Amino acid sequence: MHARTEVQDAQWPEEIFAILQRHDVRQVPYVPDAGHSRLIQRVLGSSTMRGIPLTTEEEGVALLAGAWAGGQKGVLLMQSSGVGNCINMLSLTQIFRFPFLTLVTMRGEWGEFNPWQVPMGSNTQGVLELSGIRVLRAAHPSEVKDVMEAAASQAYSACTPTAMLLSQRLIGTKVFVK
Amino acid sequence: MSKANLLDRRQVVSTLLADRKDALVVAGLGASTYDLAAAGDSARNFYLWGAMGGAVMMGLGLALAQPKLPVVVVTGDGEMLMGMGSLATVGLQKPTNLSILVLDNEAYGETGGQVSHTSAAADLVGIARACGIADVKAISTLGEIKIFAAAMQDITSGPRFANVKIDTAELERVLSNRDGMFMMTRLRGALGYAPI
Repeated sequence: MHARTEVQDAQWPEEIFAILQRHDVRQVPYVPDAGHSRLIQRVLGSSTMRGIPLTTEEEGVALLAGAWAGGQKGVLLMQSSGVGNCINMLSLTQIFRFPFLTLVTMRGEWGEFNPWQVPMGSNTQGVLELSGIRVLRAAHPSEVKDVMEAAASQAYSACTPTAMLLSQRLIGTKVFVK
Repeated sequence: MSKANLLDRRQVVSTLLADRKDALVVAGLGASTYDLAAAGDSARNFYLWGAMGGAVMMGLGLALAQPKLPVVVVTGDGEMLMGMGSLATVGLQKPTNLSILVLDNEAYGETGGQVSHTSAAADLVGIARACGIADVKAISTLGEIKIFAAAMQDITSGPRFANVKIDTAELERVLSNRDGMFMMTRLRGALGYAPI
């Protein structure tokens, strides 16, 4: 089991950022998660990407549809619990067939401490697939780059709505200490 | 039943868009979409038939992508209530080319006229202001709609929000197209973007 601090030294957030840059991603809506913190920092420091904090994840789905209508690509960053908040709005991915990509940091698996994360975390992949989203998963640091390349390519080049799940094993189990 | 002192929604939207120029318009699901269709079809119209609560966010994505064009969201009180958080997101991003007009009949007209929260408690103008949108107003006359229509062409002074109390008359549905891929391709085409 990883400690959360290990993500601070990992290379994969940089690899994700570089791939997003290469695909000319411009709008990056997010609800923060610790597993996304390095990527969010990079986005907020970028001159070409706009980080857009949301009050709830479904806002990001609608935002990305509008962005594509206006000629821009984006990516939605959220935690697994946020996928449940998106369900009806994910209809837009089927209605518009726009290049939807979301990166989802997983909770509720791999040594989870907090039982409240488990119901949604256990069903995140199923909910996405039932909503018509293709799901790819990265569980080890060494595979993030390849999985992200594939996810970005099929989302942006083939307008195939795609979610990349970043396993809790990858980001490190959240440690709760008193 | 309509009250004499409240505005007619079709008149409001047709007045708003009478001289729209290049403005991009997103309409929330239900009657707002019919109002936009009634005001005249355009490749720059985006009609929502679902995605309740998403109209302002679609407008925000569009406004950020096209900062040199006026973007206006026309939606109802029920749709706006469902996407209330999006006003906070707009308040934070402050897109200067985005305008939001809520057609507030204090009811869910599409589903039988059940009263909404704005009938007795929720004040959408106050909510928008408290979310950090500086230019907010309650509109009650067509003259004010004309002023709002002129202001929405100014892409440097938004975001702006207005709530207009309209009557509850049930009007004939004017059906727009409801094919999302057609609308997306048509709007992108109007902006110069080719299909993938």
